[in-house]
Amino acid sequence: MSILVNQDTKLIVQGFTGSQGTFHSEQCIAYGTNIVGGVTPGRGGQTHLDRPVFNTCADAVRETGANATMIYVPAPFAADAILEAEAAGIATIICITEHIPVMDMLKVRAVLDESDSVLIGPNCPGVITPGECKIGIMPAHIHQKGKIGIVSRSGTLTYEAVFQTTHNGLGQSTCVGIGGDPIHGLDFTDVLEMFENDPQTEGVVMVGEIGGTAEEEAAEYIKHNMSKPVVAYIAGVTAPPGKRMGHAGAIISGGKGTADDKFAALEAAGVATVRSTAEIGTKMEEVLG
Amino acid sequence: MNVHEYQAKEIFARYGVPAGIGRVAHSADAAATVANELGGERWVVKAQVHAGGRGKAGGVKICDSVDEVKKVAGEMIGATLETKQSGGVALPINCVYVEKPADIDNELYLSVLVDRATRRVTFIASPEGGMDIEEVAEATPEKIMQIAMHPAAGFQAYQAREVGFFLGLDKKQVGEFVKVMKGLYEMFTECDASLVEINPLVTTKDGGLIALDGKLNFDDNALFRHAEFAEMRDISQENEREAKAAEHDLNYIQLDGNIGCMVNGAGLAMGTMDLVKLHGGEPANFLDVGGGATTERVTEAFKLITAGEGVKAILVNIFGGIVRCDLIAEGIITAAKDVGINVPVVVRLEGTNAEEGRKVLDESEYDLIAAQDLTDAAKKVVAEAAK
Repeated sequence: MSILVNQDTKLIVQGFTGSQGTFHSEQCIAYGTNIVGGVTPGRGGQTHLDRPVFNTCADAVRETGANATMIYVPAPFAADAILEAEAAGIATIICITEHIPVMDMLKVRAVLDESDSVLIGPNCPGVITPGECKIGIMPAHIHQKGKIGIVSRSGTLTYEAVFQTTHNGLGQSTCVGIGGDPIHGLDFTDVLEMFENDPQTEGVVMVGEIGGTAEEEAAEYIKHNMSKPVVAYIAGVTAPPGKRMGHAGAIISGGKGTADDKFAALEAAGVATVRSTAEIGTKMEEVLG
Repeated sequence: MNVHEYQAKEIFARYGVPAGIGRVAHSADAAATVANELGGERWVVKAQVHAGGRGKAGGVKICDSVDEVKKVAGEMIGATLETKQSGGVALPINCVYVEKPADIDNELYLSVLVDRATRRVTFIASPEGGMDIEEVAEATPEKIMQIAMHPAAGFQAYQAREVGFFLGLDKKQVGEFVKVMKGLYEMFTECDASLVEINPLVTTKDGGLIALDGKLNFDDNALFRHAEFAEMRDISQENEREAKAAEHDLNYIQLDGNIGCMVNGAGLAMGTMDLVKLHGGEPANFLDVGGGATTERVTEAFKLITAGEGVKAILVNIFGGIVRCDLIAEGIITAAKDVGINVPVVVRLEGTNAEEGRKVLDESEYDLIAAQDLTDAAKKVVAEAAK
């Protein structure tokens, strides 16, 4: 088992023939991900990377039976791409694109809230179930099949957590980058619930950062619903208020969303926290005993 | 992206939000001309800077003659203004806004933003206008009302009536207030704003409403579809190095410490700053060089970091994902040579070809300090900065 994606995932790529789409599709195919085709409007009927290209998501789903999509469409058109995937009935929508306007994401999220499809991202590294399926831009070779679920708002911090849990032999069940934007798809609580119900996952690493209250909500969820150990790290203790720290969603506004508040909420919920990014792996070993 | 009060008020007016009568002036003479054209016996001259709290800092002056308008404008333009909200820096005053004073009856607070928890465009209102709204929220939360707009239904008049009566407006004023809120909602969504704050929104003695001050921020990610707003950007109000960084697509935030940080990825960049602090150091900056960490970007990043006085050591922390660490190492060496860095540089490389990368650093004639891991890197850079 694992969550969200596995060896049975049939993936299409939106923005398939662009440079980013091409590069990362090649990497995913090399990893063994079953990419069954791609969508580039106006290039339907062609082949790219030995896979068929379709004009629309609806065509791609009808012809290939795809149940997941990976989106590299540029920001001005990305919301449209997500909504097209939803309309085509694709179950798992993973959007890598960064810099999508907030107003677009409000509409996207309102549609997704009424939908059976799930959205991961945008502005995220993607999702990987090591040994089975890689969807996104994460470096494949640092991963190792294993028992730790990882959920994170940041790409490179996910890689740190992956690297450390590979290094100490724990390995990962599935790693989910939920993205750094203020309005996004799946949140910590959604993914934590999936990990709680996944037999392969024995412990969870949660990597948060300043801004918003998603970590506080996760703390509440963990306190009342999780039996598996969670190790949490929050980035941005030293971040000054009112400044956007790279990610659109990483900002302390009106004194809310500080790392200290988040650490406090998680600790009050009994979550094992680390103050150093370097200690995620060792802490996980410790709590698993 | 932030704009000036005069620009915000221009946009308010397009959406039927009354913002008083006034105009911008870029010189003392122009200010006098504006005052003459506006007429009357009294004018308010307001320094245009990207910060709230101007009144208390001396950036808002009431003048009783055109000569006084000219004098005050002359003193303001070319000077700088530091306010409680300007982040510890004095901002240059390049122009002033000259307006007719409002006949104020009462001061209210009204703002619009996207509430990320509910994922709705949300209005925040309070009868306590002219105050710091965060202090009001802390001390008297019952004096604040929040109301969210449904993304499909959008703004509804009943919502404005609810807020209007909460604010203590009378029947006629509530009618005006509905128009104000409707206009603000349309403006917010059509213009891709990220924050509109009117503090104060005043009621006048003749029963009208006026946005006496106006703060307007736009979503940077949506500026591609608002060329007109993108042009309103005033670089002089931004941190010079942060603006420079943005030109090179680097995310850079200046801080007070003495340890420069260069990292790939925003999350890891924050994590690195925290780690420096955890080991007793003080980060001089936040800097995300992006996934590529190419020689060109690393060079620009080194320039930014070393432009800061008081940087005693630099920590480069790169997690090489798809880009190989040995290539990154070569880039770092080239960039460090080009920029001519004269403080110790500690480098931590991890990920693809990390061993080869460390070897490149070790064998280089350029004196870089290779760290074994993240903790080692933090300890080494803190020690170097303390020397």
